[in-house]
Parts: sequence; C-alpha cells; structure tokens
Amino acid sequence: MIGIVGYGSYLPRYRIKVDQIAKQWGADPESIKRGLQLYEKTVPGLDEDTITISVEAAKYALKRARIDPQKIGAVYIGSESHPYAVKPSGTVLIDALGIGPHVHVASYEFACKAGTEAMFVAYSLVKASEMDYALGIGADTSQGAPGDALEYSASAGGSAFIMGKENVAAEILFTNSYTSDTPDFWRREGEFYPRHAGRFTGEPAYFKHILNAGKNLLEKSGMSPKDFKFAVFHMPNGKFPQEAGKKLGFTKEQLEAGWIVPWMGNTYSGSSPTGLSAILDLAKPNDKIFMVSFGSGAGSDGFIFQVTDEIEKVRSLAPKVKDMLDNNKIYLDYGEYAKFRRKIILNE
Amino acid sequence: MKDVAVIGIGMTKFGELWNQSLRDIFVEAALKAIENSKVDHIDSIYVGTMSSGLFVGQEHIGAVMTDYLGMNPIPATRVESACASGGAAFRQAYLEIASGQSEIVLAGGVEKMTDGADVTESLATAADQEYEVYNGVTFPGLYAMIARAHMHQFGTTREQLAAVAVKNHKNGSMNPNAQFRSQVSLEQVMKSTMVADPLRLLDCSPVSDGAAAVILCSMDAAKKFTNNPIKVIASAQASDTITLHSRESLTTLKAVSAAAVKAYKQAGIKPADINFAEAHDCFTIAEIVITEELGFFEKGKGGAAVEQGLTSLNGKIPINSSGGLKSKGHPVGATGIAQIIELYEQLTGKAGDRQVNNARIGLAQNMGGSGASCIIHILEAI
Amino acid sequence: MISPRYAREIPQRYRLEAGRCTVCNAIYFPPRLICPNCKSKSFEEIKLNEEGTLLTFTIIRVGSEKFSKEVPYAVGIIELKDGVRLTAQLADCAVDKVEIGAKVKLVFRKIQEEGKWGLHCYGYKAILI
Repeated sequence: MIGIVGYGSYLPRYRIKVDQIAKQWGADPESIKRGLQLYEKTVPGLDEDTITISVEAAKYALKRARIDPQKIGAVYIGSESHPYAVKPSGTVLIDALGIGPHVHVASYEFACKAGTEAMFVAYSLVKASEMDYALGIGADTSQGAPGDALEYSASAGGSAFIMGKENVAAEILFTNSYTSDTPDFWRREGEFYPRHAGRFTGEPAYFKHILNAGKNLLEKSGMSPKDFKFAVFHMPNGKFPQEAGKKLGFTKEQLEAGWIVPWMGNTYSGSSPTGLSAILDLAKPNDKIFMVSFGSGAGSDGFIFQVTDEIEKVRSLAPKVKDMLDNNKIYLDYGEYAKFRRKIILNE
Repeated sequence: MKDVAVIGIGMTKFGELWNQSLRDIFVEAALKAIENSKVDHIDSIYVGTMSSGLFVGQEHIGAVMTDYLGMNPIPATRVESACASGGAAFRQAYLEIASGQSEIVLAGGVEKMTDGADVTESLATAADQEYEVYNGVTFPGLYAMIARAHMHQFGTTREQLAAVAVKNHKNGSMNPNAQFRSQVSLEQVMKSTMVADPLRLLDCSPVSDGAAAVILCSMDAAKKFTNNPIKVIASAQASDTITLHSRESLTTLKAVSAAAVKAYKQAGIKPADINFAEAHDCFTIAEIVITEELGFFEKGKGGAAVEQGLTSLNGKIPINSSGGLKSKGHPVGATGIAQIIELYEQLTGKAGDRQVNNARIGLAQNMGGSGASCIIHILEAI
Repeated sequence: MISPRYAREIPQRYRLEAGRCTVCNAIYFPPRLICPNCKSKSFEEIKLNEEGTLLTFTIIRVGSEKFSKEVPYAVGIIELKDGVRLTAQLADCAVDKVEIGAKVKLVFRKIQEEGKWGLHCYGYKAILI
C-alpha cells in the first residue's frame, strides 16, 4: 500500500475581509461575496513566506507520520511564490527539520498546481521503490495586483504530505494528469504581479483541464462520483469548484468538507492540498476522496485516495485546518494589509 | 605600584556639533586638558571610542589623534569596551603610570554620532550580534527588558524611572557643557514618546557628539604642575555575559557589583564613604540598578531612593551631579572620561552651581553594553 | 547578512542545536568550546525544547533601519523547558496582550532580509500558546 503517511497544513493568523478590499477600490462587497463566494482570506505576516509556511506544514506532517526525518529521500516544494528566483526553497526546510543531507530536493512551479505536482512526484518515487518516504508540499503567499479581481482571493498557506508504504493513512489508488499549453494566467520573470486573461481563465482553462482530468480519472478507476465520500478541486474562488464538481456529478455535500476557500482564500499551490488536508481531518476509514488540482498554463493533476484505519491514530497529532481557519484570527485593514503584502512603495 | 593623580581636564560641549569633525572635537578636548594641566610633555595617549568605524568610517583613531595633536611619534592606542570605552582608556592610562612605564599620559574619549550612520544599529553592536541583535532587539529594548523585570520583581514604578530623568536634567541644567540644559517635569517624561516599553524617549540618553580628555600623572611628578592633584584611589574592571538572557538574574548587573567590590577593597573604603557618584545612566533604569549594585541602596530599593531625593544634589548620596548621560549627553566613547571630569571638578570645588557639599571622595561607574563590562574609578581629593 | 556568517549559525537558528557539557550537564546555546561553569571541553549536541515561559519583554517602537517597517513588535527573554534562555521576537501577537509568565512556543520565521537583493534570513520567533 502506498500513500500519505503524514499530512500537515499551516495557515497564517492574519485575515482581511473581502469588504475591506472592496471598499478600497469602490467595489460592491455584496456582489463579490455573492458572485465569487469569498468572505475573507489569509494574509501572511511580514515574517512569513513560502519557506516558513512549508516548514510549519511539514513539521506537522512529520508529527503525524511519526518517522525519523532522516528517512525522507526527497523533498519537493511547489509554489509560485518561492522567495528566491534562484535558490531552492527546500534546502532551508531540510536543514530546519533535520532531513538529509542525503535527500533529493527541488522547487516546483506550475501556477496553482505546483503542490499536487510535488505530491505526485513524491508518491511516484516511493512507488518506484527509490526511497521509503518522500515529502511533497504545496505552499504560497499568493500575489494579486491591487484592484485586480485576484486581490479578493490571493491568500497564504500550505500543506505537506509525506508519502510512504508503511502505516499509510490514505492510500493513493489512482492518479491522472491532463495538460495543454493554455495561456490563461502567467507572470513574467522579474514581474511582481501575475497577469490573467479574464474570462479565458474559466471555460477554456480551469474547467477544460479539471473536467478532462476528472473524467479520465473516473474512467481509469472504474468508479463513479457516488463511490466517493469527499471531493476537492482547485479553489480559485468559491464558485468554480462547486461548478466543476456539479459538472462531474458530485454533490454539494461531497464538496463541503474540502470547500474552505470562502474563509481561506486561494492559497494557490496550497489550495486543493489544503482542502484535502481539511478532509483528512474528519474522514473515516475506507472513505474515498476524489481530488483534482488546476494550474494555469495549464494542467490538472487528479488523485483518488482511500482513507485507512491509520487516520484515527494520526489525526489529532497536529493542528486541524478548521481550527486554524476559525481560531486566533487577527484582522487587518487595507492599509495594514498593503504594508504586509509590500504593496506600498518605500524609499529604499 | 605608583600612586596616580588626575591633574588636568578638558572637554567639548556635548550635543549636535554639526560644524566639527571627529578629529576636531578630540583635539579640542585634548588641547584644553593639556593646557589645563600645564604639563610640559605627554608620554602616551589612550583614546576611547566605541565605534568610530561605524559612526564615521574611521578606524586607527590613535594615529589620527596623535597626528592632529602634533604629537608624533608618541604612542597612541585606541581602547574599546563599547560604552565603557572612555573608562577603559582612563584605566589603561592609569595602569601605564602605576606600573612606572610612563609619567604623564593623556586619556581621552570621543564619539561623533550625528554624521548619518544608523545609530540604533551601530549602538546595538555592543550586544550579541548573532543571538540578540539578529532577532531585532535594540539597546533601549535590552534595558526596557531589565526595567520590566525590575518593576515586576521589586515593584519599581514608572514614576520612579521618570524621577531619574527629572533629577538628572535638573543637575544638567547647571552644567555648561551639557547637551540639554533644560529641566523636565515628571509629567513630560511620563508622556514622552514610547521607545521600547516601558522606556520612553526621556528615559533614554541622547545621541551626541563630544570629546573629553584628562591628564594623568604620577603623584610624584604631579606636584611639579599642580597643588591640587586628585588621587586615583581605585581602578577596577569586571565582565559579565554578553547576552542579557544568559544572566541568572535579569535585575542585577553583576559586572557592576564585582567591579565595585574590587574598587572598594583597593581604596580601603565602604560604599558609605563615597560622597557622590557618576553612574552610567544610559537609561533611567540603569541608574536605579547601578545604585543598588554599588551598595548605596538595598536591592530593589533604588527606585524609591530616587523618588525620596536620596540621590539628589543635596541628598544622602548625590548621583550624576553632572546631569549624567541623560542630560549631559552620551557621546559613547567620551562618557567614561567625562565622568572623571565631573569627579575632578567636584573634588577641586569647581563645579559651580551644582557643587556637592564636602565632596572628598567620588566614584565613576562606566558600563558597556547591557552590563557585560563595567569599569569603576574612585578619586579622592588630597 | 553575509553568507558565510549566516550559514554558520544555521544549526542554531533553524534547529535550536545546543551543546550540553558532558561533565556538569550545563546547556549552552549557542554551543561553546569551553564550559564557563566547570571548564570542561567536552560537549554533546542536543536539540532545545521548543516550549518555554516569557521572563521579560519589551515592545520595540523604534527599530534599526532593518526592522523599522515592523514596529511595533515584541521582543522577549524566554526560558525554555530545558532551562536554556534566549532572546526572540514574539510573532503574531497583539503587543498589548503580552505579559510576563506567558507560555510560548518557538516557530520558524523569517527574521530579516538583506535589502531587496540579499539573503532572506530565517530563525526562531516565539508565539503565545
């Protein structure tokens, strides 16, 4: 059996409400809440970035996995906000957590699906018996340009998954990826904010890739939506994953546990992985989970998980996503938020 | 060991000296001291400066100063012990004469802090760079943590901290060389801008330019130049951990008490024999803790002592008659020497309006960092 | 932060590695070459406990240029459960909610950065628990 032996998520404590952002740009908050189904989003502290978020998430994953960090043979961090353009994020993480130095480390980037990419490769290496354990992480401190629609959703957080063969808490039964060159969203080298192609990011990008990856995954597995207790899709806003789920034949109830975007925002590479983490926080043994990510550019990675008895032992060993979402929040106004996100031009 | 005396003093005004350079102010103070002492030669020079490198980018200060004093080729050495650099320079001069190596030595201190450096960052180099400063602590921050611990442990009050500033400004108003000659009220201190809770702006010594110099001479030779040599009856120094957090107690300054014990022993006196003292009040809390460590007050009673006026000019033991670092100014490297100058003026009866009655024995306590080094000198009028 | 100097402290800043004197058991953070307590030169490497108590603290309102955009921020002296003390910032806290005796836990955060071009420098901060 190969799958997740330990998982962990980290969400910053700071939040900004959609109303604050809407007020700043003269937009109507009610129509945004209704249209995008977003209420608030996480904001990283000035001292948080993809690396620190990854370290905290992976620390929790290690707690749940109960393994010697030295046994991890690969560490992959998927993000579109790696703090360095050149210098891997994972090297800091392995030195912080006592992994390696005999370890393979890489930074992944594929817009919002870099996290599931890291998970897929970590899983594959264990499956290939290259190593006993591999760590895949999706984390971001997402950027949305001031005044852009993305500003309502771009948030911060991440999740880490240790793949292994022993004491598996969620077995990976099937995977499938669907990729094409679709220029829906990008950020050029050296640019601070991403650009997107408006409505072109919807039907021809998000839905096309998620639905094709999802249909293929169902076909490959010979399963149908009713075989699943839970489903989670990439969550750029509240609306898209609900629509994608509906089109694939999933019910609102199946999506409920992983649909955390209205209060978390879009953690980009950490979006569907954190949704998965929230599901694992309450899934029962034998529950099946359907997951499809999406990354602009564009591609989707799909996974089918089956939860094992092990989940009951590991769940309470680290903080749960819901608790991090609901508790100890510190709300920012737009000015503080702009400072935290370095949107203010300083005399440096 | 030979007996050593101070026979001459000189200092610049302390403050923002925009028109004078680092070397200008040192030379001004040194020339005044030489003139004041009437000596016919100088055997060597010690210069105390904390960070001329960070403040103005100039190291090799000994050579710069000897050159500009026109005294080449006599030896000149820079001495550094953070904010205690001046005291350390004085001690080296003292030791050189006491050992018989030299007869007349100039000990000076200087700092030029207003030439545009990041003063907060430069001063913080006196703390542990890797394990204190790296994490964002500042110097006011370190003393603020001492203050909060002292308040928590002994019930020292915010008003007692403020009373130190009020007293020192009052003394400083009578010192023509002081940076601030204005008095401040308790209310002004309590309402001044918060710098590092619970310390406010008026709890902190200022950023200053300034230089001070004194001439030390063997007691035997002193009689050639003056009828009024002031004898150095103790010179002691002690060290403590560089990090504040490593100390067993966060409310004591062990380097101060260790140096004090040695100094009293050397001088053969008790704390009660001291008539007045200059204490290193870089922050108001520092003066309170120091007066406890010097044995003037019981541990934890330093705050009440200030409030009761025991350390005022006409109190039981006047502290910082000069105005202290708080009001006189704190050009870091010059401070230890300026303290000696205050002792000299008091002991020779030339302190003017701020003259302490019956000043016969005075103590100067100079401290580096958050108390990792301390240098104490006791001077006596003979 | 100059690279070699930063790299050298990584075991302490990232992993809280300390030295325990094999003779008198005193723990030193960072590790030392000689034990100030018993003068032994023999140490074993240990990892510090991440939980502790706040002994004293301040709120920095005026920081050096490097930290000036982060004020006000809390800094405290923390005694960890194994008795070792260290100085750390308190992250994610309302500065008026901090008090002596508070229970804290160390977390991994970015501590500073060398302008826009230099290293991101990481280490430990404390959060209230």
